[in-house]
Amino acid sequence: MNATVASTTVASTTGSAPDGLSLRDVLRHPTIMIGGSIMLIMIAAALLAPWLGTVDPQSLSGARRLKPPSTDIWFGGDMVGRDVYSRTIYGARISLMVGLSVAAISITIGLTIGLLAGFVRWVDAIVMRVMDGLMAIPSILLAVALIALTGASVANVILAITLSEVPRVSRLVRSTVLSLKERPFVEAAIVVGTPFPALLWRHILPNTLAPLLVQGSYIFAAAVLTEAALSFIGAGTPPEVPSWGNMISDGRLVFQIAPHLVIFPGVALALTVLAVNMIGDGLRDVLDPNFRAR
Amino acid sequence: MYALRRVLAIIPVIVVVALVVFSLLYFSPGDPALVLAGESATPAEIERIRGALGLDRPYLVRLTEWSFGVLKGDFGQSMFFGRSVAELMLQRAMPTLWLSLLAMVFALALALPLGIIAAWQAGRAPDRVAMGFAVLGYSMPVFVLGYLLIFCFSVWLGWLPVQGYKPPSDGLWPFLSHLILPALTLGVVYAALIARITRSAMLEVLQQDYMRTARAKGLGLWSMLLGHALKNAAIPIMTIVGIGFGSVISGVVVTETVFNIPGIGRLTVDAILRRDYPVIQGVVLVLSGVYVLINLLVDLSYGLFDPRVKY
Repeated sequence: MNATVASTTVASTTGSAPDGLSLRDVLRHPTIMIGGSIMLIMIAAALLAPWLGTVDPQSLSGARRLKPPSTDIWFGGDMVGRDVYSRTIYGARISLMVGLSVAAISITIGLTIGLLAGFVRWVDAIVMRVMDGLMAIPSILLAVALIALTGASVANVILAITLSEVPRVSRLVRSTVLSLKERPFVEAAIVVGTPFPALLWRHILPNTLAPLLVQGSYIFAAAVLTEAALSFIGAGTPPEVPSWGNMISDGRLVFQIAPHLVIFPGVALALTVLAVNMIGDGLRDVLDPNFRAR
Repeated sequence: MYALRRVLAIIPVIVVVALVVFSLLYFSPGDPALVLAGESATPAEIERIRGALGLDRPYLVRLTEWSFGVLKGDFGQSMFFGRSVAELMLQRAMPTLWLSLLAMVFALALALPLGIIAAWQAGRAPDRVAMGFAVLGYSMPVFVLGYLLIFCFSVWLGWLPVQGYKPPSDGLWPFLSHLILPALTLGVVYAALIARITRSAMLEVLQQDYMRTARAKGLGLWSMLLGHALKNAAIPIMTIVGIGFGSVISGVVVTETVFNIPGIGRLTVDAILRRDYPVIQGVVLVLSGVYVLINLLVDLSYGLFDPRVKY
């Protein structure tokens, strides 16, 4: 639809990273530092879940049923007596896995499509129309439609969210390639007869890296949110999976008497998305020369 | 010419959307004939119903028939509610319309001042606070925010009803009091998106030479910010209002579940839980159509804000 504007909303960086930019500069950026620290905690929680004082997230105990948070049961118990703390910690695994998988797969596919569209005219004409069509379906609805078709599983959720993100990535890559092709250094490389693979590897790909990194973190955040929303409305991960969306969905019927069932997974979810968005914003500030100039 | 080209450009988009949506029903695992025939039906009876419904015909034939039906407003029959999908959607449209309208009003009322102040005070504390709120709003899951608001304003303070919906015919306050929290919930995400773009678009305009001239000739701060800068920043802002409407549509589905509002979103969720494919199909098609149409209107409205845009 609005190709040019859509890409400006996510920092349409077309130049390479500014000279003299080191990893240290990136890590010292305040929002990246805060977002990165929260993310590290979440990743640690996901990886070390069994050793963090958790019990089996599926185990039932009548004594825990609807218990408010206390020093014994840190985050309280849910309606069927499962431990909310353990489920929240294990929930990080689902969210991070969905976010990472969606970001990685949609960038790989989107990069391929975007490069093809940027260089091959007929691919551009056909494929980008299909992408326009996919983008016209609001992401949750596209995912809902696919999951209604394929059935609820973590893999299908990842697939469904990826499908709605691929068009955005391909569009970004395509517009980056098109503007790079006009740049003197690329024209010069073509004139001196650089073979195509070398042109791609040395001049085009490195320059798509910065915008893709920024876009990738936004996709990660959007995927975590969409997975939770899908699970919440009953079209996401299977109900027995301890994902934050499922926990909130279970808790919503009793949230007036047991708000902790919604609060703990809700805070974990919001914190994770916030952290990833902060990393994205920070990366955009650091990597986009236009933003650095200000 | 631009307007005509822009209108024609939505045709392939609609075709792709329709193809995706039709294929959804075509490949869906549920067999409507089986549902209609009931549990005690013999295979021969089921086959007869399949023939009567035209379910045994090839993909392309059914696609063509379905497309003509949709053009006439016929989206098929719900497998569960025993009514036509079009009728169901019409019946549920009003709550959703009011909800998204009020959400948009809230979003603009929140986002424009935040974005303008952030751009004007760029790099200073008000900017950081405003943009901090924007990232927070952007990261807040719609349903978590919804429950937080219900907990604060309904359960704790008791100012507003917890859930439900009252049509405007029941009186203005009952109508509004049920709608304020859901509209605020839905509006916050949208506002965060608009505020960020407003800030960056305003910043761009504020750096122009004519803004310095305007200030030098002694133009007041407000007429400078609102009259000159906002007007010139209107196009990117309008564009994000259009694109961001997709997040409102997605948000409607979730918000209506949180607040128990009998709208299109709630219908979608009910349809998912019951595997009512014709309803899912109709909702996805209509909402995507609305989204495409809104963005078309946005693109066509550029001329209103900027006379330099020639059609």
